[in-house]
Amino acid sequence: MESKERKGKQGMHKQLVAILRRTSVAAFGFALAASSWAAGPAQSAASKINDPARGWDSLWHEVIVDITIIGILFAVVTAWFMFSSRRTADNQVGASPKLSPASAVGWTVLPIFIFLSIDLYTAANGWVLWNHYRDVPADRLEVKLESGMYSWDYTYPNGVRTQNELIVPAGKPVMLRMTSRDTLHSHYIPDFRVKEDSMPGRVTYLWFHPTKPGEHLVTCAEYCGVMHSYMAGRVIVKSTDEYAAWMKQEETMLAAAATTEAPAVPAKAGAPAAKPKKT
Amino acid sequence: MNLKEWIFTTDHKRVGILYLIGSLAAFAVAGIMALLMRAELSTIGPTITANPTNYNVWLYTHGAVMILGFQIPALTGFFANFCIPLMIGAKDVAFPRVNALSVWLFYVGVILALLTFFIPDPPDIMWTGYPPYSTITTGNTAMYSFTVLILGFASIIGGVNFLTTVAYMRAPGITLNKLNIFVWCTLGAFVLQLIFVPVLGTAVSLISMDKYLGTNFFDPAKGGDVLTYQNLFWFYSHPAVYVIFLPFIGVVFEVLSSHARSAVFNYKMVVYGGIGGIVLLAGEVWVHHLYVSGMADWLRIGQMVTTLMISIPVGLMMISLVGTLYKSSIAFTTPMLYALGVVFLFLIGGLTGIPLAVPSLTLAVSDTYYVVGHFHYVMAVAGTFSIFAGIYHWFPKFSGRMYNEFWGKVGFWLTFIGSNVVFWTMMDIGVDGMPRRYYDYAHFPQFESAHQLMTAGAVVLGLGFAIAVLNWIIGAMKGPPAGDNPWGSPSLEWTTVSPPPHGNWPTPPSVAEDWHPYAYKKG
Ligand code: HEM
Ligand SMILES: [Cu+2]
Ligand SMILES: [Cu+2]
Repeated sequence: MESKERKGKQGMHKQLVAILRRTSVAAFGFALAASSWAAGPAQSAASKINDPARGWDSLWHEVIVDITIIGILFAVVTAWFMFSSRRTADNQVGASPKLSPASAVGWTVLPIFIFLSIDLYTAANGWVLWNHYRDVPADRLEVKLESGMYSWDYTYPNGVRTQNELIVPAGKPVMLRMTSRDTLHSHYIPDFRVKEDSMPGRVTYLWFHPTKPGEHLVTCAEYCGVMHSYMAGRVIVKSTDEYAAWMKQEETMLAAAATTEAPAVPAKAGAPAAKPKKT
Repeated sequence: MNLKEWIFTTDHKRVGILYLIGSLAAFAVAGIMALLMRAELSTIGPTITANPTNYNVWLYTHGAVMILGFQIPALTGFFANFCIPLMIGAKDVAFPRVNALSVWLFYVGVILALLTFFIPDPPDIMWTGYPPYSTITTGNTAMYSFTVLILGFASIIGGVNFLTTVAYMRAPGITLNKLNIFVWCTLGAFVLQLIFVPVLGTAVSLISMDKYLGTNFFDPAKGGDVLTYQNLFWFYSHPAVYVIFLPFIGVVFEVLSSHARSAVFNYKMVVYGGIGGIVLLAGEVWVHHLYVSGMADWLRIGQMVTTLMISIPVGLMMISLVGTLYKSSIAFTTPMLYALGVVFLFLIGGLTGIPLAVPSLTLAVSDTYYVVGHFHYVMAVAGTFSIFAGIYHWFPKFSGRMYNEFWGKVGFWLTFIGSNVVFWTMMDIGVDGMPRRYYDYAHFPQFESAHQLMTAGAVVLGLGFAIAVLNWIIGAMKGPPAGDNPWGSPSLEWTTVSPPPHGNWPTPPSVAEDWHPYAYKKG
């Protein structure tokens, strides 16, 4: 009797090891393949600009499709169990089979590996895109941003300043080096799928790649005070020529201001970040 | 039954019911705040108030009171108090008087939170209280700090009490592997509270010291650092979502299993893989709240991986919940509907959290309504549904009476439909750019109709909640007698009379060798 029990235990043990081995090999293989596949295209395309906004759109789309599939799977199974398990007699109890120890472990280990491989796959994709977001192309326009309650103040490399309007040439990556003179703010440009907080005492950065002339909303995404929801501005993308012309004009104005020794004022002060419209 | 007896009670069931009443009152207040916000957002520009500060104060109160005054106390105060001693066959908790102290402190905290409406400059710093704004606002930051400190302290002493109770007061025969899942979940939650609440206490104390006592922990001009606060705050507040999640999923396990008369699927996987996994990972993921805060890149990437790994313990629990339904015998009672509702809401909430674990994706959706929609699904509404499931489930036990099934179901469907309308729409406009904490959305006129839809949905969902609460009040006063074990559950709390007397059982219970809280028997 005792030996029989031991034999049963040994059988179970073997079964367990087999399950573990198979699932782990499969899961790691899958995860590895997935991550190397995800990392692949990034290296081959290192020479041209990887627009993070495009990358965002495709990764977002992919993740949404994935979670939709998982969600539907779970929901359908749940709905099916609900439907097929309605209580028919008052004294009825559930009749689900009791799990053997081996299958209990299997039901734990197998999902762990499936979830882990999905996680690693997602992480690998996310990391590749992250590098696109954080590696700013060398050929870029760099603008300093100081945020404050409640305006966005930009300073160009040549000293030209604007408020609530970031004017940039089409086709050139734009990098913002950001700080804040009072509370936290977050420079969010929905069209370019990017934001990053600005704060006193630290410099943070973000970049984006405007390609066509046009206007894009900038809005504050970090609670900064009473007028937080009115703290908006615009990114105005001009064609290269128009941008050059605009910049030239600003430069002459700046030079004129400097020679008359007037205090430097923002060359272009847009309306202060809006006020409630109705009263 | 006089008032004094209730206030000075040390009976764990009465302490629990005091927690229940207080937290439901908090829920009502915070719910009204939600409706005020929705009313304000129903049109572009000022709608019911022309002063953005009013909106910000409502939002502050809504967030802080829902979490600290409603969900945490309802779950770790009411359910833990009422159920744990009964589930483990104990006469009471280990330290009944400490328990009474914790509920008093809770009431002090709630009253302090409600005083928000009667002071001249109420706090307007959101439930997160980030400096520098919280240290320069004219709003009353001290109020926030003290509310958090008192409620946190109340919860910690509850934690010590329950860990001791479960360790030392189990009836003979109840081994660790025969504890109800809810008991395990609550233990996990209290371990997290004990580790992490002190960090929150530090964070909220430091902002008030900066503001009122002239220290400079968070002022970079004087050598401080603003990001430190965010790290401290979320080092607690992420685990705090598991302090909510663990007991609420525990309640769902109890309700689902009882009304399906089916043993929890793969019990040990839930306890050691699910609950254990969450307790282990809880402290390593807080940076996902700081993905756009200017943290070091390597931290954001590192915690992307740990955050995604949360899907493992949570996924195991979902598998178990669904597996419990397999070949079961489901009665679609009101508590069961709420519990099944949690399965679906949590499924949506959990899956929509996956993109939020990926820093590169959050660069667009962080701090938008996508996040607000996601966490209402995963925590706010799923948690509230499970609290409602639990109240309905144990209603016959603690009141001795039966609620009304018809109105129970009406309430459920209204809230279920309303929640999906509101929070699905939130996620939708969030992806398109709607930022959170906006009193006005003048720059996003395209979202006006979506906001109106959400306001309508919120009214429907509020109505559903109100019906449920009325159902309990009327049921507790006039409902028909419920009997000792209306659901036919072997779990120990159903073996005593309803409502249980002081001391719980006339003679202490003992359990048979083959007893298990989920061993359903025909009969
Ligand atoms: C009952 C229906 C509810 C409705 C209609 C509702 C609605 C809202 C709205 C409109 C916001 C503000 C969005 C913004 O301006 O950023 C919000 C924020 C929030 N809600 Fe709710 N909510 C509900 C229930 C809950 C529950 C049960 C909880 C419990 C945890 C909760 C927790 C929060 C939190 C933590 C915030 C964020 C506060 C902040 O930004 O500081 N809500 N909710
Ligand atoms: Cu802001
Ligand atoms: Cu979190």
